[in-house]
Amino acid sequence: MSKLADYDGPILEIDKLSISFFTRLREIPAVMDFSVSVMPGEAVGLVGESGCGKSTVALGVMQDLGKNGRIVGGTIKFKGRDLSEMSAEELRDIRGNEIAMIYQEPMASLNPAMKIGKQLMEVPMIHEGVSKEEAYARALEVVTDVRLPDPERMLNSYPHQLSGGQQQRIVIAMALMSKPALLILDEPTTALDVTVEAAVVELVKDLGKKYGTSMLFISHNLGLVLETCDRLCVMYSGEAVERGSIHDVFDEMQHPYTQALFRSIPLPGADKNSRPLIAIPGNFPLPHERPPGCNFGPRCDYFEEGRCDAQDIPMFTVPGNDRHHTRCLKFQEIDWSAPVTMADTKEKAEIGQTVLKIDNLKKYYEVAANALFGGGHKKVVKANETLSFEAHESETLAIVGESGCGKSTFAKVLMGLETATDGQILLDNRNIEQVPIEERDAKTVGEVQMVFQNPFDTLNPSMTVGRQIIRALEIFGVGNSEAERRQRMLELLDLVKLPRAFADRMPRQLSGGQKQRVGIARAFAGDARIVVADEPVSALDVSVQAAVTDLLMEIQREKKTTLLFISHDLSIVRYLSDRVMVMYLGHVVELGTTDQVFSPPYHPYTEALLSAVPIADTSVEKQHIVLEGDIPSAMNPPPGCPFQTRCRWKSQVPGDLCEREVPPSRRVAEGHQIKCHLSEEILKSMEPVIKIAAE
Amino acid sequence: MGLFILRRFGVMLLTALCLTFVVFFLTNLYPNLEKLAKTQGNQRMSDEQVETWLENRGYRQPMLVKYGQWLGVMPGFTNTLDDGQFVGTCARPGVAPEDTPKFCGVLQGEWGYSTVFKDDVGGIVSKRLGNTGYLMFWVLVLMVPSALIVGILAGMREGSVLDRSLSTFSIITTATPEYVSGVIFIAIFTSSTVGLKWFKGTATQAMDNPTFENFFLPVLTIALYGMGYIARMTRASMTEVMTAQYIRTARLKGVSFPTIVMKHALRNALIAPFTVIMLQFPWLLNGVVIVETLFNYKGFGWALVQAAGNNDIQLLLAISVVSVFVVLLTQLISDIGYVYLNPRIRIS
Ligand SMILES: Nc1ncnc2c1ncn2[C@@H]1O[C@H](COP(=O)(O)OP(=O)(O)O)[C@@H](O)[C@H]1O
Ligand code: SF4
Ligand code: SF4
Ligand SMILES: [Mg+2]
Repeated sequence: MSKLADYDGPILEIDKLSISFFTRLREIPAVMDFSVSVMPGEAVGLVGESGCGKSTVALGVMQDLGKNGRIVGGTIKFKGRDLSEMSAEELRDIRGNEIAMIYQEPMASLNPAMKIGKQLMEVPMIHEGVSKEEAYARALEVVTDVRLPDPERMLNSYPHQLSGGQQQRIVIAMALMSKPALLILDEPTTALDVTVEAAVVELVKDLGKKYGTSMLFISHNLGLVLETCDRLCVMYSGEAVERGSIHDVFDEMQHPYTQALFRSIPLPGADKNSRPLIAIPGNFPLPHERPPGCNFGPRCDYFEEGRCDAQDIPMFTVPGNDRHHTRCLKFQEIDWSAPVTMADTKEKAEIGQTVLKIDNLKKYYEVAANALFGGGHKKVVKANETLSFEAHESETLAIVGESGCGKSTFAKVLMGLETATDGQILLDNRNIEQVPIEERDAKTVGEVQMVFQNPFDTLNPSMTVGRQIIRALEIFGVGNSEAERRQRMLELLDLVKLPRAFADRMPRQLSGGQKQRVGIARAFAGDARIVVADEPVSALDVSVQAAVTDLLMEIQREKKTTLLFISHDLSIVRYLSDRVMVMYLGHVVELGTTDQVFSPPYHPYTEALLSAVPIADTSVEKQHIVLEGDIPSAMNPPPGCPFQTRCRWKSQVPGDLCEREVPPSRRVAEGHQIKCHLSEEILKSMEPVIKIAAE
Repeated sequence: MGLFILRRFGVMLLTALCLTFVVFFLTNLYPNLEKLAKTQGNQRMSDEQVETWLENRGYRQPMLVKYGQWLGVMPGFTNTLDDGQFVGTCARPGVAPEDTPKFCGVLQGEWGYSTVFKDDVGGIVSKRLGNTGYLMFWVLVLMVPSALIVGILAGMREGSVLDRSLSTFSIITTATPEYVSGVIFIAIFTSSTVGLKWFKGTATQAMDNPTFENFFLPVLTIALYGMGYIARMTRASMTEVMTAQYIRTARLKGVSFPTIVMKHALRNALIAPFTVIMLQFPWLLNGVVIVETLFNYKGFGWALVQAAGNNDIQLLLAISVVSVFVVLLTQLISDIGYVYLNPRIRIS
């Protein structure tokens, strides 16, 4: 099949698009009056919180809205032709050929029972009717293009044999097989680790340039959009609220929601005292419960009664800028440069004495090499290798690292869900590393608590919120009577700033942020002294993250809690922690105060990690360090330094020391240790990764 | 893999041991033995006579000893009666006492002597099993492809008219037990009341000379019952696969609907039903008992009914052993097949 004739207008032109889903109860207007256009070779970002309709727009373009979705207004034109007027056959010709789409979960988007090669070859075979041999040659070429090692073996593998990053590259390769004019990427890197994400994003950018593909890049991460796109469209509750070039929107935003979004994410350019995170108050309205007038009204600082809620708000053109539009009545009246009105700054509590001491802790797992046919030889997974550190009262210690580095294993051992293989964990000088949770007394259990990543999985769906907290109180042996525990439960709800009426609600009636608050309340039920927060906000939307983070810090101030904050998000880590521990493949590669870790000398891995974090600030200049390959499997770690397979400094170490010997942990400054063979001089010569350009 | 199969066989042996012991125990309870004595000896035996009869033939030995003899790890019981008749576990009519082997258990390949058929159990079981195997083969030939086709067709477009009618059909077939459907079929297709004398109501001739006419009804009766279940499993699996992300990927690549079903969905959708088909086997054996009795087809199920009705201890035991092996063997095949179909487990 040939492509549509060349066309020099916009590649994609969405005009006043409205999409609704029809359920038995009601019509859900998921997207309303949405317009955006993508010019040839241009990358347009689509940003917004989950549920605001980004994916719906994407699927609308693909004309794949499922049984109950329908376009109820507006048009989607691709190269000047209305997609909704095409026949099924014409659509099939366009899909995969002219417009390709990549979405969030790479594993789920590949057919598990079909070899990669076959899945790739299918594309040109359908659309261009080429022979098997030619399709294979094309597949080989594209797989080489997405920089996968050993392309021939890749083509001959099944999806599960590849790592997440490799799978996503295959999905990208599949999308590029027929050199489409438009590529739609729906959160393509959300499931990936930061360093892998950085590499994939770089790849998409390069290939976009190489093939001249236009892109619609959907993300909830402003930093990522800054790095990939030329233009940006911010969505809120089914509508586009602001549209313009990256620079206009980032530096001269003209909509209160955009502003609020930026204020709720931590940026490295500013420190936490002069620029605290400001959460957006209230909750995202459900599609069928939108307020009259401006959708953002109930959460907007500039809301004006009788005006903002009196009429439908159209898009206004911002004078003087290039194609910059905003859906705000008052954009010309608001003083956009006014400084943030700060809530009173709170003093951080003094860091107290050592509460927790970890000494040479090791945790090895024995796993059968082949799960089903069991037996045979066993493999040892070294999930934690000689962890040693201390944590103090009122201190926040961040544990940073990518998937499989052993963060969660450590949390499990500390909680008593697993016992240590070797070494000790001292809680107030008592050894607890060999005491499983069933044998811990109620006090110890209550003292060491955890807040989980996914608030959805940890609450019992058939029990009221109040009951669940009371259950926790019973377990920790708090209170002598039901009445006393009920009182305590209400106090805990106050502590996490939930209305007391929530005690009688069921978990499903709560939003993600509210559920996480219940999780926090439960963790503090037994007067926890040590709280392990395992990615507590990463499953939440940006605007809610700030509020939950602040809550954790406030409780910490009040209760003098030791907070072990596990995260892969370095921006938030920098914002809230006192000390940082960087882990890689079970090893602590760097440990120091936040300032020490975030400025040179770095461990080479920390350096790469810092460079990989997308930053939503146009004034920040970042060094680009792209790591090759994937994180090795913990079951099969490389010899010598765990990071040697991806380290860009390795050549600076004489001989093959890095490949032979695990480097010792060296003290480079008071309280700052790095596990690397690099010499003092080279470490000293390192440049900062993140630089703030002078204003 | 080898080790896995070996271990499975170990489990099989153990299960067979336990199960046969239970059957042994139950068939050797005194009331059963008494019945045996009366059917074999004389209906009007007094209690003492029964006792002597059993005593003389070794039936009153301790349970474990008897079980050991059956297994062939203990020497068989021998006794010469007052009238000079030589009896014992290993004694066979027409075989001189000197030639009677010392051990004659399962381990020696001796499955015992059927008191009903007056023949070697081994021979009976293998002959009957052959008959049933033939029946089952045709059941599978009919059942599996039709069930899969029905399931796939129903599942590829969830909620469509096709889906709803096929699903109703499947539910009706699973909800109708063989003794109901069998009787209905016989009534409709073989009797003169309805007039459709298409098929024969008995399958007795099918043992020597199977034809469509005398063999189709028993096959259909068993197949229908299992089919509905497999079809519903296939449908569930298919609908799930059809909503999977990779099906959307294929659709958005521009693959046409028939190709999506054939190339992308089918194999993934078959993983779950395959296991089910294999696990259906034990239930099919159930149907075999009913259908063979109903159609008077002298197979394994029919032999089981005869053995149970007459307390034929040795035959019952052999049948239980064979059943255990059939059940566990199908599970083994199901596991191996699952691995084969699912590359995620095959290659890791
Ligand atoms: N198939 C569907 N049926 C009903 N509602 C849906 C369906 N798909 C999406 N929605 C609703 O449409 C809105 C927009 O969803 P979505 O486009 O997935 O948002 P985003 O991609 O920005 O997270 C949400 O409120 C969601 O609940
Ligand atoms: S229209 Fe009013 S409520 Fe809406 S964003 Fe503008 S100022 Fe806020
Ligand atoms: S020890 Fe060598 S390989 Fe490891 S981080 Fe240091 S320089 Fe890189
Ligand atoms: Mg989405």
